[in-house]
Amino acid sequence: MSYEIVARPHQQNFIDWAKDKPKVLVLSADLTNSCEVGKWRDTYPDRFFSMGMAEQNMLGFAAGLAREGFEPWLHTFSVFLYRRPLDQLQMSVAYPSLKVRLVGFLPGIMTPGGVTHQAIEDIAIVRAIPNMTILEVGDATEVESVIEVAHEIDGPVYIRMLRGEVSRIFPKDEPFVLNTARILSTGSDITLITSGIMTEEALRAIPLLQDRGVSVSHLHVSTLKPFTDPRIISALKSAKHGIITMENHSIIGGLGSAVAEVMAENGIGVPLQRIGLKDTYAHGASQKYLMAEYFMDAQALIRAVENALGRKLNIDEAELEEQRSVTVHSSAKAEAL
Amino acid sequence: MSDHPAEIKEIERIAKGIRRRVLEHSIANNGGYMSQACSSAELLASLYGGILNFAPVGQPIDPPTFIGVPEVGIHTYKTGQQFHGAPGDQYDRLISSPAHYALVIYSALIETKRLREDGLEHFNRDGSTVEMIGAEHSPGFETTTGSLAQALSQAGGIALARKLKKEKGNTWVFMSDGEFQEGQTYEALQAAKFHGLDKLRVIVDVNLNQCDGPMDTVMRIEPLADRIRAFGWDVTVLDGHDIPAILAAAREATNNPHVLLCYTDPVRGLAIMEERKPTLHYLRFTGADERAKYEKAYQEMVK
Ligand SMILES: Cc1ncc(C[n+]2csc(CCOP(=O)(O)OP(=O)(O)O)c2C)c(N)n1
Ligand SMILES: [Mg+2]
Repeated sequence: MSYEIVARPHQQNFIDWAKDKPKVLVLSADLTNSCEVGKWRDTYPDRFFSMGMAEQNMLGFAAGLAREGFEPWLHTFSVFLYRRPLDQLQMSVAYPSLKVRLVGFLPGIMTPGGVTHQAIEDIAIVRAIPNMTILEVGDATEVESVIEVAHEIDGPVYIRMLRGEVSRIFPKDEPFVLNTARILSTGSDITLITSGIMTEEALRAIPLLQDRGVSVSHLHVSTLKPFTDPRIISALKSAKHGIITMENHSIIGGLGSAVAEVMAENGIGVPLQRIGLKDTYAHGASQKYLMAEYFMDAQALIRAVENALGRKLNIDEAELEEQRSVTVHSSAKAEAL
Repeated sequence: MSDHPAEIKEIERIAKGIRRRVLEHSIANNGGYMSQACSSAELLASLYGGILNFAPVGQPIDPPTFIGVPEVGIHTYKTGQQFHGAPGDQYDRLISSPAHYALVIYSALIETKRLREDGLEHFNRDGSTVEMIGAEHSPGFETTTGSLAQALSQAGGIALARKLKKEKGNTWVFMSDGEFQEGQTYEALQAAKFHGLDKLRVIVDVNLNQCDGPMDTVMRIEPLADRIRAFGWDVTVLDGHDIPAILAAAREATNNPHVLLCYTDPVRGLAIMEERKPTLHYLRFTGADERAKYEKAYQEMVK
């Protein structure tokens, strides 16, 4: 299994998309090139506003601009969009339900920048904010098509975005659709729900699981709020032996929690295993290392499936390694923070 | 005024060592926070080699491997403060705020024999505490400040606690100029003056640069000295490469919290970086050619 690697899918796509949309502005907090909008700034200098390293104020300016009919697209790392400016996000943006778009880069443990740069609880926090929509992309096709989806939403949107070298997993002509999971495989033993970069990681294990006779219903979720997709509910209902969620986030408050809520509300009574950070902060290291250290990789998924089935599948590390389509984001370490 | 030639010579040696180590590391790893070494070498060398009164550490310390994050009820987590020696009444403290200067700070620790000579071999390696962006377990750090402009407030708390304990040592904070864009910095200035923290000392690397380029094009912070004075602080403006001036300002007795605004040159000592202007924040070679140029500059530097 090998995917096309797209270099900086956001960069040119966002320029092309914004061409005929004069109300679309970019606000940036001194991470312009790191968030792939340096070229955007040079293309549309009149619609780009440098706010300096002052994120709380940036959220306030965004609110004011949105009240006056503009559509500000804030670009910075995920952590800097909701941690420090949480009150501004809530009272200035979310309460009045303004069309502010928060484009957050390096979600979860994708950055070696350590605990200060790792947005591991952003979904939990933003999910609890009324009026917010949360989108998370899992490949280059979604990076490109999430923009129009966010644009159409009549309220504030938080996007967990990808940058740099991004795999194209989904065909270019199958864009992001709001509140609609992608059904990647169907089966009845296990239902697996993955989001963001965890989908690619899970896809490494799926053929091996199928080879061992495990039938898996695998859904890729890219809308985390709202979380009312009937496809998800029916996939959860069909799971015989268990449900597994996999997210690049804390297991508290994110995808796993959202699935648990839907299960409880629908009386779905099979065991749920949540793969993700188990209520801990992480530290600065490579993505691959952290995914293994915190049991968030394909190996962890296989363990969870074995747990659910109550039997060993005898899949070894070498077999899994063969399924690795790319050395996971090989350039990540060299990226400027 | 310090005009002790031996002290100044030693600080010059440390500064030179900082630039050399950061350049060597950047060449070997195809990248690094090089402009920060160029701008702040004399500042960190003056701090570690002259200004700060730290307890000795004995042998240079081998950086510990990462053993886990702080957790409720578990007290095995050690901060990078150990590299500054045991804290004490008469000793100074240093809280480094811009955590992306870590490579520069580690180099200063090596040059002053607090971190082992091979310490940089652990830099940004999986499972190491010598993180790319320093956290509080990283050598020389005692707070987690990679989300910038949070250290001055924490240092304010430490200085306030030390005042309550009637300790004699100063609490120093090393800051970057980008941090003067965040509102929290000004809240900290306001509170430090209000609570009379006259043993709080701040040294700022005013290199007038940040990620996006020259600060004038990103978000202006000038007139910085006037701004800070308006908060009731004493401010000394100086050339951040002038070691005697840094030492003199640092040793000035003041009745207020005191800021040293050290204006610096982000390419000092590595002229070829001029070619990379206007964005200097992170050095990543564009290709083998550029890397070769830096290798040549390195050879010049060590001659
Ligand atoms: C709160 C916060 N916002 C954004 C960042 C990302 N960031 C890292 S360094 C930096 C530039 C800050 O300016 P400065 O320290 O003066 O940069 P330098 O002189 O080192 O180029 C930014 C914006 C951060 N670490 N913390
Ligand atoms: Mg600077």
